[in-house]
Amino acid sequence: MTIPDQVLAQHGLKPDEYQRILEILGREPTLTELGVFSVMWSEHCSYKSSRVHLKTLPTTGTRVLQGPGENAGAVDIGGGLAAIFKIESHNHPSFIEPYQGAATGVGGIIRDIFTMNARPIALLNSLRFGSLEDPMVRRTMAGVVAGIAGYGNSIGIPTVGGEIGFDESYAGNPLVNVFCLGISKSDEIVRAVASGTGNPVYYVGAKTGRDGIHGATMASAEFDDTSAEKRPAVQVGDPFMEKLLLEACLEVMTTDALVGIQDMGAAGLTSSSCEMGSRGGAGVEIDVSLVPQRESGMTPYEIMLSESQERMLLVAKKGREAEVERVFEKWDLHAVRIGHVTDDGLLRVKNGKDVVAAIPARALAEDAPRYRRPMTEPAYLKEAQRLDLAALGAPAAPRDAFRRLLASPAIASKRWVYRQYDHMVRTNTLVLPGMGTGVVRVKGTNRAIAMSVDCSGRFVYLDPFAGAQLAVAEASRNVACAGALPIGATNNLNFGNPEKPEIMWQLARAVEGMGEACRALDIPITGGNVSLYNETDGRAILPTPVLGVVGVIENADAVLGRTFRSDGDAVVLLGESRDELGGSEYLYAIHRLTRGRPPVLDLEREAALQRLLVDAAASGLIRSAHDCSDGGLAITVAECCFDAALGVEIDIADVATEVTAFGDIATLFGESASRVVVSCDAARVEHLLAEASTAGVPAVRIGTVRGDRIRVSVAGRSVIDESVADAERVWATAIEGYFARARAIA
Amino acid sequence: MKFAVVVFPGSNCDHDAHYAAEHVLGQQAELVWHKDTSLRGADVVVLPGGFAHGDYLRTGAIARFSPIMQEVKTFAAAGGPVLGICNGFQVLLEAGLLPGAMLRNRDLRFHCEHVYVRVEHTDTPFTAACEPGRRLRIPIAHGEGNYFADPDVVERLERNRQVIFRYVDATGAVTDAANPNGSVNNIAGLCNERRNVVGLMPHPERACELAVGSADGLVLFESAVKAVAEGAFAAAR
Repeated sequence: MTIPDQVLAQHGLKPDEYQRILEILGREPTLTELGVFSVMWSEHCSYKSSRVHLKTLPTTGTRVLQGPGENAGAVDIGGGLAAIFKIESHNHPSFIEPYQGAATGVGGIIRDIFTMNARPIALLNSLRFGSLEDPMVRRTMAGVVAGIAGYGNSIGIPTVGGEIGFDESYAGNPLVNVFCLGISKSDEIVRAVASGTGNPVYYVGAKTGRDGIHGATMASAEFDDTSAEKRPAVQVGDPFMEKLLLEACLEVMTTDALVGIQDMGAAGLTSSSCEMGSRGGAGVEIDVSLVPQRESGMTPYEIMLSESQERMLLVAKKGREAEVERVFEKWDLHAVRIGHVTDDGLLRVKNGKDVVAAIPARALAEDAPRYRRPMTEPAYLKEAQRLDLAALGAPAAPRDAFRRLLASPAIASKRWVYRQYDHMVRTNTLVLPGMGTGVVRVKGTNRAIAMSVDCSGRFVYLDPFAGAQLAVAEASRNVACAGALPIGATNNLNFGNPEKPEIMWQLARAVEGMGEACRALDIPITGGNVSLYNETDGRAILPTPVLGVVGVIENADAVLGRTFRSDGDAVVLLGESRDELGGSEYLYAIHRLTRGRPPVLDLEREAALQRLLVDAAASGLIRSAHDCSDGGLAITVAECCFDAALGVEIDIADVATEVTAFGDIATLFGESASRVVVSCDAARVEHLLAEASTAGVPAVRIGTVRGDRIRVSVAGRSVIDESVADAERVWATAIEGYFARARAIA
Repeated sequence: MKFAVVVFPGSNCDHDAHYAAEHVLGQQAELVWHKDTSLRGADVVVLPGGFAHGDYLRTGAIARFSPIMQEVKTFAAAGGPVLGICNGFQVLLEAGLLPGAMLRNRDLRFHCEHVYVRVEHTDTPFTAACEPGRRLRIPIAHGEGNYFADPDVVERLERNRQVIFRYVDATGAVTDAANPNGSVNNIAGLCNERRNVVGLMPHPERACELAVGSADGLVLFESAVKAVAEGAFAAAR
């Protein structure tokens, strides 16, 4: 039998890849084998385009207990405990079916955490949508948010933070990146390894159906107007089943009867079995006729490729079967023995007596193809980096710009979103959403964990290297603003089609920048996810390498939020303001422009700033800290007033380097990097300035927490004077407004 | 004294209630699996929040058939204090231990946020340590907390002083704007005629320490300790 080219194309395999399959097997593959190769060598599972670049990232450090290559990464948080965390995307499914796509994304990342014997205690998400003016985008966003809520709330893990961005480029290709963090004892981390010849292989969880077949392959292709027909490739989530699996798996792991465990995520039974075998240097033999099935007449091909949710594959110690089975029985789950570990290194799939696939496990996992794809600097770059402010005509009046930015969806309150997420269950949430960086305490210790996910796709678009560095710096700075020492990171690289040299160049440069920034800030990347082919009808998204950074606070009582604390406190700006408007939210929100160069970033200065924040929080010197990013200084001080019922009076120096009409705009709304607005007891401000000077961080007192208005002056001239209540109303109701209007029309 | 926190498959606030009773309040607390047939000598029973059996079919509809519910009914019938929080309240409604039913929130969305509730009556085991009219700032987190009952049932509840918690605004006024889910008469919680079984949608166990935003909910647990110590509410064994 010769496989026709058309069948190869349907499987997303290129002719040279097929040649390689022939060499590995020394024969023609069976159809089941072809399906297995197809999903394992898909971009989604193999990272074939990105792996050579990912290898350059820093992944080790004194606190790293588990780097990339496992279900999730792990870092030492002290006291014999580890934080286990990872971020993962579910972009493609969320476009096709927003609710289930997002829900199953949450389910997938939670499984990655608890399979390592960690109790998941926090979720974050990083979302991107098109313009909220577009009803289809509102429908997508409402579905995604409801899906995340539906799954996370039910399973009882709080969603404590995140970020949402908006840009036309995401209209047909939203991004749904979900981060989960759990806590484990450092010496009890369980890994996804199959070893010990003869050890039984168990299947646990939901039954296998025809849903999600070739989901991984779908996530490795661009979208076009037939994409809606791919709906059957999206799976349906059952958070109740996952809750049972979570509790049962954590209970089984208290017995030490387990060798290894992996969830059946992308590529289902195929990836879990061959990856566990490959990691353990062993083979795995399974009989698909024993797999619990939801539908009749399923072929071995379908069973191996199904992406039905809430399923786990685990390897138990021989002789300890009864202990494992007893725990699952308690939770009304059935652990079904479907095979065993072998010593021949093969993934051998049987259907009753017939062998339907026999492939070296390594060839599917570690030895999958890797490409160094051609790259070219994108043609758009030079032109896009040129910003001619004079060509924009007159700038907006500062007061108008201030109000319009407060109402811009990227800046406006995300209450409409986070109110739908249970963010308090488990009673660990020390900083509520909207009040600063997400922080959860670790019960049984005095410690807390701060987490932030960030990326400005605009900055990355305008300069992938600098933009990725800025993403690392911002996520890490947010963690430091809570008073936490950043200790580890996870990344989610969302890009377009890597077969296009310009996209590949964006990815490669972004990874280079990310690596350099992570080294400078000493935050190793312990794992992550790559999502490519984020294009619809040939148009790529803004390149969006999202960084999730985790930090630890030794004394949970010292945790800082962003809001001002009391009238009379001094307001201090840490960091230096420059005449920079490139890639800013001001240009996008007011002039619909994505142009210029992103802000300059000095990594040494950034590191010094973050050290200062951690020290000043620990000593109680500062009482609030808020990163200065989207919307610049004016928006940042306003956000410090919201939810605090406090006003502020500040006077800031003019940053304009030349006389143009945009001088005040750049001063108020420019997004210079490495800046933080902090407040402290007015009597201690000199002490704070001295500490900053010693640390090498520029610092200046810009004003005082006072009254009930936001009063901003530039070099003594009053430019903004608004009541906090008015400004807060604009900010708080903007996103709700889009959805309320939509309902009124419907 | 001892709290029993029932664990249904899908309960997810069980650990939180246990933590509040044991770590914050310093009392004994035990998790009791839904298939168990004994409350192990507990003085107070808590049905925690979560999504028992996935809330499939209807919230609380399957949980009422769990073996432990027979014990809970016996305990309640003997006068023992029972507190149903959120999903636990929904289970009490389905089990017939409290009257009425839950509809989806009127805006059809899940709400997680701090709200104010007013303590209407203090002659229950979970409000005994409160002064009447006290305002509590406690979080809610539910998609189906829109309390509904026939008008005559509501009228009877009001007449019998069975409405124990009502949604109010920051000044203590009962307004429609302060009603997060559309509950009839702003009802946030109620008790049975004997006043020993109390259910409420807000989560007092999430408001037991200032570090997590509010300590106003602790008074419900303190009330239980007080009521049991005074012997006013104890299961006749």
